[in-house]
Amino acid sequence: MKNIRLLLLLLGVLTTSAALTTAEDNNCLTCHQDFEDEETGPSHLIVRDIHIQKGLGCADCHGGGPSLEDMDEVRESPDWRGVPSHLEVPDFCARCHGSASYMHEHNPSLPTDQLTKYRTSIHGQRLFVNKDTKVANCISCHGAYQIGSARTPHSTTHPLNLAPTCANCHADAEYMADYDIPTDQFEKYRQSVHGKALLERKDLGAPVCNDCHGNHGAAPPGVASLSFVCGNCHAIEAELFNASPHRTAFEENDFPMCETCHSNHLIEQPFDKMLGAEEPALCINCHAEDDGTGGLATAAAMSQAVEKLATAYDDARTSLEDVIAKGMMTTDEEFRLKEVQQLLVATRRQTHALAADTVDSIAEAGYQKANEVRTNSAALVDEYYFRRKGLGLATLFITILVVALWVYIRRIEK
Amino acid sequence: MSENKPSRRGFLNIILGGGALATLGSILYPVVRYIVPPAAGEARLSQLKLPFARPDIEADPKKAKYFKYGRELGIIFLTENGELKALTATCTHLDCTVQHRPDLGIIWCSCHNGRYGLDGQNISGPPPKPLTVFAINEVDGTIFVSREEA
Amino acid sequence: MAASSSSSGGLSSQLYQWLDERFKLDTVVEYVKGKVVPVHSHSLFYYFGGISLFLFIVQVLTGILLLMYYRPGADSAFESVRFIISNVSFGWLIRSLHSWSANLMVFAVFIHMFSVYFTSAYRKPRELTWLSGMALLGLTMAFGFSGYLLPWNELAFFATRVGTGMAGAMPGLGEQVLIIMRGGEEVTGATIGRFFALHVAILPGTTVLVLSAHLLFLQRQGMSEPLDWANKPESDKRYRKFFPNFLLRDLLVWLIVLNILAVLAVLFPDGIGAVHWPLGAKADPFAPPPAVIRPEWYFMFTFQALKMLPAHVWLIEGELFGIGVFTIGGLIWALVPYLNRKSAKGQPSKLFTAFGVFVLTFVIVMTALGYILE
Repeated sequence: MKNIRLLLLLLGVLTTSAALTTAEDNNCLTCHQDFEDEETGPSHLIVRDIHIQKGLGCADCHGGGPSLEDMDEVRESPDWRGVPSHLEVPDFCARCHGSASYMHEHNPSLPTDQLTKYRTSIHGQRLFVNKDTKVANCISCHGAYQIGSARTPHSTTHPLNLAPTCANCHADAEYMADYDIPTDQFEKYRQSVHGKALLERKDLGAPVCNDCHGNHGAAPPGVASLSFVCGNCHAIEAELFNASPHRTAFEENDFPMCETCHSNHLIEQPFDKMLGAEEPALCINCHAEDDGTGGLATAAAMSQAVEKLATAYDDARTSLEDVIAKGMMTTDEEFRLKEVQQLLVATRRQTHALAADTVDSIAEAGYQKANEVRTNSAALVDEYYFRRKGLGLATLFITILVVALWVYIRRIEK
Repeated sequence: MSENKPSRRGFLNIILGGGALATLGSILYPVVRYIVPPAAGEARLSQLKLPFARPDIEADPKKAKYFKYGRELGIIFLTENGELKALTATCTHLDCTVQHRPDLGIIWCSCHNGRYGLDGQNISGPPPKPLTVFAINEVDGTIFVSREEA
Repeated sequence: MAASSSSSGGLSSQLYQWLDERFKLDTVVEYVKGKVVPVHSHSLFYYFGGISLFLFIVQVLTGILLLMYYRPGADSAFESVRFIISNVSFGWLIRSLHSWSANLMVFAVFIHMFSVYFTSAYRKPRELTWLSGMALLGLTMAFGFSGYLLPWNELAFFATRVGTGMAGAMPGLGEQVLIIMRGGEEVTGATIGRFFALHVAILPGTTVLVLSAHLLFLQRQGMSEPLDWANKPESDKRYRKFFPNFLLRDLLVWLIVLNILAVLAVLFPDGIGAVHWPLGAKADPFAPPPAVIRPEWYFMFTFQALKMLPAHVWLIEGELFGIGVFTIGGLIWALVPYLNRKSAKGQPSKLFTAFGVFVLTFVIVMTALGYILE
């Protein structure tokens, strides 16, 4: 008996079209497909499941023998594992996923530390310590019968699907009533610059829940580690911030680093007026004129530099667009405008260091280039009108000649 | 009527002659301007001759320089073992310009910490695609770059 | 002008006398003075040959100017054309004039041809004028086809690939013709070399020869008179002196065309609508072809007709059948002075007028469909 199962398993692993092979030799399906609903029944759903596709069968998780024909016989077989309870699921999956030697045979690149990490997560701690069965376990996020790698589009953990997956519980106010956390994260994320990039522009490089919170070890990033989390992508901003006077000031006051100004789930596209010494600038939330830090003066100076360059960039872009619309060749100016844009990004970024003079020097370089673009665009517009005037003049000359010639012809024919 | 005929004829001749001259002028003016060679001298070819040489790249603190190739921006840089390499310089994620990081041995986009290998492969961070490689040809100290044929 | 100034004395008359002593100009002047041009309700069409000639001259002059900066070759053609339009002063104008004048020339040539056809002006004794005209039409189309590739941009590349591919569909020698046209199996830098030689040396040389013959025939035989003039009393026929009256009118029309050309070239340097030649992106043989590959408008009717044919007509391959029909139709068209026996006798032929109307309708409808159905 056992030999046959082992053989079957081997066969399944070896064959590429394994799903079909196991389905045929899988007696479970013979009955389960009959009485289970075609839309929701596990025996119908599993065709998309990565485990089935890799050649595993029902019995590899649930135990019992796929060759047994009687259901009672299945339940009575010594290795029958049945359906795990919510509390049992992590160990149920970890039987294989926690075994480095087993996973090595099937997918060597997959880590085997998920359960270890899960135990450290808020979810795992509540489940194992508090026996709280409302928290997420493996199948809450991965599903039970249509499990897929995060790279497959239908997977519940694919970047585009992940936020709704977390939101299944975290956006359900009733379900989350026992916990003292908000339920608007998904709604906020959706409106954030990251959410828009991912969900609207389908930019898979944009971060989603697990990129900041982790997945199996899910927990909110700590106040101190925040600049590292954000700094994963926003490296220069983090570096500049950490070298700035804000770093120690925030630490002393227990302010979360990036979040204090940029918020967390609802991170909006930063705007230049966030910086400055008056409304709606955020600086005035902590700083006052006479607080002895000189913060507001620096903020005002940096804001002025950024705004000057931003305005110059907009003007340069508008004037260049005007030239492009007129159909002139503008490749060189487009390059220059791109340089201005890069310098504008660098200027805005430099404000995190809180040093007005460095912000000013970068902004000045950009301002010079923006002016070059404007001057050259104006020259191109002049050229455009010069062409038209030249044409007008030439047409006038030719027309005069045509009329004179016509008069001459009429006269000699008289 | 017959008295002012000669003067009318003279007037017409002036208009005819003047019109012909002005027309000729409007044709010749652009032609002469066209023949006068432009400042750039000759067309830049798809094999682009860079206006700087290896010592200029060596002297750069980041061991790299940028160049314009048609409508694209390119970056040419010196690797640790003295090899020149050139890639497109616009990050494939959004629109930032990448830079050479000799300290890390990578091409780096500062906007979202996107990392590329020195052969342009996207290694980590948001970039979805590798950078495109330019072929380099160094002749007597002059560097030429061109698009590598597939 | 020389004739009239010979009586007035002065520098020009001295020059005329100097030339006359050596080349016997007087006989030429006497001959030209005797020439007349018929005046009737369709006289306007006499000017279209001249317009074609004028536009050809513009082509030669602007073509020579473009040659100063253009550099053939896969890694220089596109770059040099971009250089011309963006760096050379008035380079954009010269390229725009060359393109506009090319398109207007094809248009003028078509009108010229159809007006000659419908007035049966090809009839005896002008068979050779018609035949040389047909040769000039072929040369004009070849100019257009070869010139289109030279900027080596995306548009040109794929249109040329499709165009040469059609030639390759010919039975028997198709494969060889394709390889000779492309300079290899594919459209590459080698193709530019061939098309360039064709466009700036072979075609202009041949055209000048055939055009000289065409004009010589015209000068010896004069303008054709309408068919119904054969039965008209001499007193009802009106004529205009060729020199200087008709020539001055020709000059007038040329100036008007020059004016139109200048306005189009400056206001629409990249063309408009279906007549459009933006430089765009450089040709990339490995890039996927653009959604719409269009030949130039004067090839559109052929392109569209071949596209609309079913895969098989009877037992013959559709495209092959189409090429066959076009070849036979073209032959009938070219040999019409010999086929239309009625016109040789000075009588109108309903059959050949109907054929002409059919061809004209076919060309117009197919061209229109080509732009509507894409």
